[in-house]
Amino acid sequence: MPIKLGEASYKERIQSGIENDFMRGAVSSAQGRFRSGRLKAAEELGNWEDWRTRGEEIRTHTLENIDFYLQQLSDEVSKRGGKVFFAETAEEANEYINNVVKEKEAKKVVKSKSMVTEEIGLNEALEEAGSEVIETDLGEWILQMDEDPPSHIVTPALHKNKEQIRETFASKKGYKNSDMPEELATFAREQLRKEFLSADVGITGCNFAVTESGAITFVTNEGNARLVTSLPDTQISVMGMERLAPTWEDMEVLVSLLTRAAVGQKLTSYVTAITGTRLEDEVDGPEEYHLVIVDNGRSKILGTEFQSALHCIRCAACINVCPVYRHVGGHSYNSVYPGPIGAVLTPLLDGYDDHKELPYASTLCAACTDACPVKIPLHEQLIRHREIIVEREKKSPKSEQMMMEGFAQWASHPAAYKLSARMARTSLKPWTKDEIIKNGPGPLKGWTDVRDFPAPSKQSFRSWFKSRQKKERGQ
Amino acid sequence: MKVSLFITCLCDIISSDVGKDTVEVLEKLGCEVDFPEQQTCCGQPAYNSGYLSKSKEAMKQMMKAFKDSEYVVGPSGSCVAMLHEYPQIFKGDPDWEEEANKLAAKSYEFTQFIVDVLGRVDVGSNFKGIVTYHSSCHMTRLLGVKDAPKKLLEQVEGIQLRELPLCEDCCGFGGTFAVKNPEISEQMVKEKTEHIMETEAEYVIGGDMGCLMNIGGKLSRDNRDVKVMHISQVLNS
Repeated sequence: MPIKLGEASYKERIQSGIENDFMRGAVSSAQGRFRSGRLKAAEELGNWEDWRTRGEEIRTHTLENIDFYLQQLSDEVSKRGGKVFFAETAEEANEYINNVVKEKEAKKVVKSKSMVTEEIGLNEALEEAGSEVIETDLGEWILQMDEDPPSHIVTPALHKNKEQIRETFASKKGYKNSDMPEELATFAREQLRKEFLSADVGITGCNFAVTESGAITFVTNEGNARLVTSLPDTQISVMGMERLAPTWEDMEVLVSLLTRAAVGQKLTSYVTAITGTRLEDEVDGPEEYHLVIVDNGRSKILGTEFQSALHCIRCAACINVCPVYRHVGGHSYNSVYPGPIGAVLTPLLDGYDDHKELPYASTLCAACTDACPVKIPLHEQLIRHREIIVEREKKSPKSEQMMMEGFAQWASHPAAYKLSARMARTSLKPWTKDEIIKNGPGPLKGWTDVRDFPAPSKQSFRSWFKSRQKKERGQ
Repeated sequence: MKVSLFITCLCDIISSDVGKDTVEVLEKLGCEVDFPEQQTCCGQPAYNSGYLSKSKEAMKQMMKAFKDSEYVVGPSGSCVAMLHEYPQIFKGDPDWEEEANKLAAKSYEFTQFIVDVLGRVDVGSNFKGIVTYHSSCHMTRLLGVKDAPKKLLEQVEGIQLRELPLCEDCCGFGGTFAVKNPEISEQMVKEKTEHIMETEAEYVIGGDMGCLMNIGGKLSRDNRDVKVMHISQVLNS
């Protein structure tokens, strides 16, 4: 599956999200936990704002020097026996990985959680070529069985509860026990352990690539990335080209921000780092290691007003505070990247044609911008998208264009404005009853479909002020 | 102190009482309030919808209107935050950059002005009732005005303040969002009004008529017995 998840229209997706009471309950309670966790972790750290500033500095510096750091990463990985492949497109990345799998005559591939492989549709590409692919992150494994896309970038199965998971395990894997989380997890562990032991190739994503030493690092709570990178003889890591940390010190800052911003943890249970293949004087490591660095539209973002969107460290803090996400859920965004960061990134990576509603799926409340650990001005970037949709792509509705033309005339001509202020009450009179409008005309309809609109004041403020001045002067 | 009132189009046309109370409170605090008649709308509806060039026409009108003002004070965090965006919008524009910087530097939200410029927290008001306060997103996050309204409300005699659960969450107004995405907006304002009902307050107070019109409209649609008031109305009691 590429970035876009399906063909349903925006309104259909929103509606089905809103009607899914169960999903909304699950999302709301998860958001509550993540939000309070983040705030508590930030408070414990003491100087959260300084950390955010440092995180922003690191990301800004890295992206401004991305050529240098990519080269350094490539050199270091090669020195340690790894092969590096730069993929300009999703297809190039998938083809390279498929070739590695084919050469190894591999039957089974185990994967740890990776958003970039969702973005490029790697699983489908591998399966089409005849490989068996097993997701080993618990959430991803559940979704894989259900053929359901992730709805969140950190906790992909956020929209499911334990009863549904039990059902999935029972129907797909013959599970016979209860829906107690401990029993479900034990079952998953037993099942997945067999997969790890029989896999030929391990594929991981990458949280941060430490360029000074060519190390690819992962943060997980289940330890599955550790098994994926320990057992199979052939290893492949896939990373978006921006996921670089120049030094271990930088990586430490970014991981500290990531785990706290994501779920309020000081540190995840596992932080794993791997470097290339088993070299002559080493006792462990894979026989073969490949690093696939994916562009897939990212380099087009460099140097634009959206460059800081590439600072994203995929913590989902913006998603966890977003009230729009809370009510419509991740699938409504129709992108592997949902929520505010998804609304910013998706049109950049996959164009406006299929995603032109996303930048408007926000009240611009800026909760996302406030929560972002690397200070991406998300709500401002949503406005930039809207400007492009309106002024460059000319994709805004005709009726809206006319209304805004009228707005500009109205707001730049005080006489016209004053007249409208005087006429507002009278012109809305046919729809007004007891000082309330319940069934507004034209653009008011969207408003009054869900709430009342007050009748305009009997006297505009400016007219009141003027008559008051006259009285004071005794006129 | 001379203050020019930035009324905001919503208060001018829809809720003019808020403007009257704003003027009276400022006068009570010793300000001389004038009203530049050339002012219209700050441009936010067009700007936030992506109509940058259209919004600039409104913004230029506002810069002209307040050219000679010493202080510009408005009863809306969101609209004042818009004025504060002007410098970024007109950066590099030889005709307007300086005006944009000047207007932003002298513009204040009503409660921010009272607390930060006039240095007052007790304005001598008296209001009996159980109230809860909704902190509007643009006022808190864009303008950075978090404490001023609460400091002022705490000093009002007779008032009983109740904390609003998840008070920092958006009410679902979002300007044109409310009409472009009414389905989502409805869910957001529903959640907001449910939290308001949980507090068992008689009044919900806010500093932005956009949010209050949204919250009030939903309360009224659901026949809830909670009144919506702008903070200037409470401070003028």
